[in-house]
Amino acid sequence: MSDMPQAGPVPQDTQTLTTDEKATASPPPAGGRKKAARSASLWSDAWYDLRRRPMFIFSLILIAILLVMSFWPSLFTSINPFDARTCELSTARQGPSSGHPFGRDSLGCDVFARTIYGAKNSIIIGVTTTVITALVGGLLGLIAGARGGLTDTITSRVTEVFFAIPSILGALLITATFRDASLGIWLVVIALSILAWPMTFRIMRAAVLTARGQDFVLAARALGASQARVMFKHLLPNAVAPVIVVATINLGGFIAAEAALSFLGVGVQSPDISWGLMIADARNRFLEAPLPLVFPAVFLSVTVLAFIMLGDAVRDALDPKLR
Amino acid sequence: MATKGERILEVRDLVKHFPLTQGIVMKRQIGAIKAVDGVSFDLDRGETLGIVGESGCGKSTLAKVLMALERPTSGSVMINGKDIAKARGAELKRMRRNIQMVMQDPYTSLNPRMTVGDIIGEPYDIHTEVAPKGDRARKVQELLEVVGLNPDHINRYPHQFSGGQRQRIGIARGLALQPEVIVCDEPVSALDVSIQAQVINLLERLQNEFNLAYIFIAHDLSVVRHISDRVAVMYLGKVVEIGNDVDIYDKPAHPYAQALLSAVPVPDPEGREQRERIILQGDPPSPANPPSGCRFRTRCWKAQEICATEEPLLQIRPGTTHESACHFAETHDVVHVN
Repeated sequence: MSDMPQAGPVPQDTQTLTTDEKATASPPPAGGRKKAARSASLWSDAWYDLRRRPMFIFSLILIAILLVMSFWPSLFTSINPFDARTCELSTARQGPSSGHPFGRDSLGCDVFARTIYGAKNSIIIGVTTTVITALVGGLLGLIAGARGGLTDTITSRVTEVFFAIPSILGALLITATFRDASLGIWLVVIALSILAWPMTFRIMRAAVLTARGQDFVLAARALGASQARVMFKHLLPNAVAPVIVVATINLGGFIAAEAALSFLGVGVQSPDISWGLMIADARNRFLEAPLPLVFPAVFLSVTVLAFIMLGDAVRDALDPKLR
Repeated sequence: MATKGERILEVRDLVKHFPLTQGIVMKRQIGAIKAVDGVSFDLDRGETLGIVGESGCGKSTLAKVLMALERPTSGSVMINGKDIAKARGAELKRMRRNIQMVMQDPYTSLNPRMTVGDIIGEPYDIHTEVAPKGDRARKVQELLEVVGLNPDHINRYPHQFSGGQRQRIGIARGLALQPEVIVCDEPVSALDVSIQAQVINLLERLQNEFNLAYIFIAHDLSVVRHISDRVAVMYLGKVVEIGNDVDIYDKPAHPYAQALLSAVPVPDPEGREQRERIILQGDPPSPANPPSGCRFRTRCWKAQEICATEEPLLQIRPGTTHESACHFAETHDVVHVN
């Protein structure tokens, strides 16, 4: 207050007005009732709160930049890495120079341009796999946890079968089997989703089981609430937080898993570009030329960080106690 | 509003057994927890029936069966002549409008991620025929006012309220559908004493205002006496004594009721000295394997052979004023106050 002496009487007045309003709002039943300004709900309050969180704004800006980079890479670099003429073998593993800020890779191609163009495949794989696993695993986990009994037994046993498949071997099997289906990177997405959803399923199911034991679920049932209402109004909002956290952390794992598949000869293949592929390529010569590995790795980390921050912000906004 | 005294709830031979099973794939029933084992009582409009008994005697299971949250093994719960225990689907949903519940723990009975407006308004979202959509916000605010909360707090979350205020929110939710019966399952035991009084007084005021009938479950005998017209004493899934509050408190006939009453703390030091203390030996037997005949005989100082062989029925015994289930029932004032 003291650091705004030139503010004048007008803002001072509005200040006192709002505090007065708060004061009259707190004592119990007043004679004349004011109509509530807005009818709040968990989602509208969460959205209202999110828009005021710097972490949310920052992560959204980062994600927006990454998306623009994925779909319009030419806005960021004039070099087209798919054009073989831009690579010069004689300059392989050269450090940063004018026009090539990230240096060149082992084939003499521009690392910056490849990183920018690689964003598309990596982000599509990371984001869609995350969304698919969260939706499929989350929904099945919600149903299994909420219904219990035979539904739970069957779905849980099925997920255990999927859990038993070693992930890279399983993904290798799926991608190798359907190689001729010409699905491109979607094959990687499908393979990773098939292997990753049981994790989300288990987390969601465990969280739902915890929420289900609470009295408010019983109270809702006593009111005659339908199974769907109990699931989506009571169980889901109280169980979704750990799923959001794990899903956003897994996003980076999927981008890395794609790299492992590329390395094994399935998934994204040269001349196509992805961050995973670039990291795998640069790994062997890391000590001599670290930059071709460092730059895609930094982009990958920033992407993962952006989504983790987004997930954290959403999780916090959905918890009224943390607002 | 219908007149006071009209029968609204009739519970007959209500039994709830929880099966004990063994084996993972081939489940085999090896026994049953007899949580509620043959309970019958009536409730009139505007009346309060207190149900007391120690932990594990089946009070809360009884509440759940009354609310149709659990299906009874046998027996019936007639509300206005219709059996809620046999109702299904739309009919059950319609019947739920007549019987609502106030839960024990105000900290877990309200969804932490719903606003108070959504919590109290939920009954209207489920039973859309009760209030037209545009009317709901106003109704919710009215309910908040009825239970003594600020109607402007409609957009707040449960964690922004104290325990007593939360219990008021729970009561408002129970009132929303204008039920005729409210089952209160230990509604004040999670609150501290000064707040207990406020909530009890609120419940009494609402009873007079809306002619509500309460099933008031508690283990605090003084609270039950304060609010109840009639009291039922439960032991191991059975009602051992039932009568109006004066009869039960001043002329208890069943030894268990006498023992229970002798444990009530008496605030007056002089009264405390007059009072008898009956200290029961041992723990209540397992409801999976209750004693033969009278269930209380293993801890009863009056027990004789007949108690092991013949189960005493709940009926008015010679020399007593109300129904009790003891072969040797005799009234005996344990408290000696007033």
